[in-house]
Amino acid sequence: MVSIHLILFLVFGAVAVAGAVNLLAQTHPINGALSLIAVMAALAGEYLLLGAEFVAAVQVIVYAGAIMVLFVFVIMLLNAGVEERTKGSRVAIIVGVPGMLIGSVLVAWILLTRSGTQSVPVGALPGAPTIIGDLLFHQFLLPFEVTSILILIAIMGAVVLASKPQAVQKRKEH
Amino acid sequence: MVPLSDYLVLSGILFACGVAGFLIKRNIITIFMSIELMLNGVNLSFVAFAAHWHALAGQIFVFFVMVVAAAEAAVGLAIIIAVYRARETLNVDQVNLLKL
Repeated sequence: MVSIHLILFLVFGAVAVAGAVNLLAQTHPINGALSLIAVMAALAGEYLLLGAEFVAAVQVIVYAGAIMVLFVFVIMLLNAGVEERTKGSRVAIIVGVPGMLIGSVLVAWILLTRSGTQSVPVGALPGAPTIIGDLLFHQFLLPFEVTSILILIAIMGAVVLASKPQAVQKRKEH
Repeated sequence: MVPLSDYLVLSGILFACGVAGFLIKRNIITIFMSIELMLNGVNLSFVAFAAHWHALAGQIFVFFVMVVAAAEAAVGLAIIIAVYRARETLNVDQVNLLKL
């Protein structure tokens, strides 16, 4: 019997894989960015199927929202055009493509036959924001605070790196 | 009911697409987006394992991965802007010298 859960899993999974393959096929970065947004939205659907409501919401807001807007902004800022093709090495094609095929078949075979895992029911675990917040601010309080320092350092690094070289030179002269 | 292994195979496919994009693509922004795709594939396996073992810590790890991805995107895109200012190109094959 085919359950609605399996159908939804397959639909979202197909969208995610199609977006990922489209990212490889497209030559213009803006098309790649849009297909990556499709992948992230489909993954949010998968998270909802697994009962991870909070993660699904954060996936849409932070990943598909904030991070991808940053990417699209930089693509437009730098006026990135169509990718220039350069010749890859022949060894990479001769060895890489069969190697990738063998590796992926092996991994899928091991996962499907040897893992011995049971099915994951819909909404298997409570991923409501209250429970996640409780965990985050009690058991994982220290890592949470450390990430705030990480974000602060990242902001300062981004400002320093992206500032104009002339501004840095002026500072040195003073 | 979907087996855990199906989620892991989907996660593996997404990760493999990210690796392939990282190796094939020549545009530095597309390479960066491939890294984000790899992080997304790993996040899916985190959530699937969390559901399978009934351990909510897996979802907390996804949260931390997202924070690191946001920090990485901010710094990486700043580096891309700096590289573009110095070299006037986004092709990684033309960025092959440490000094100008």
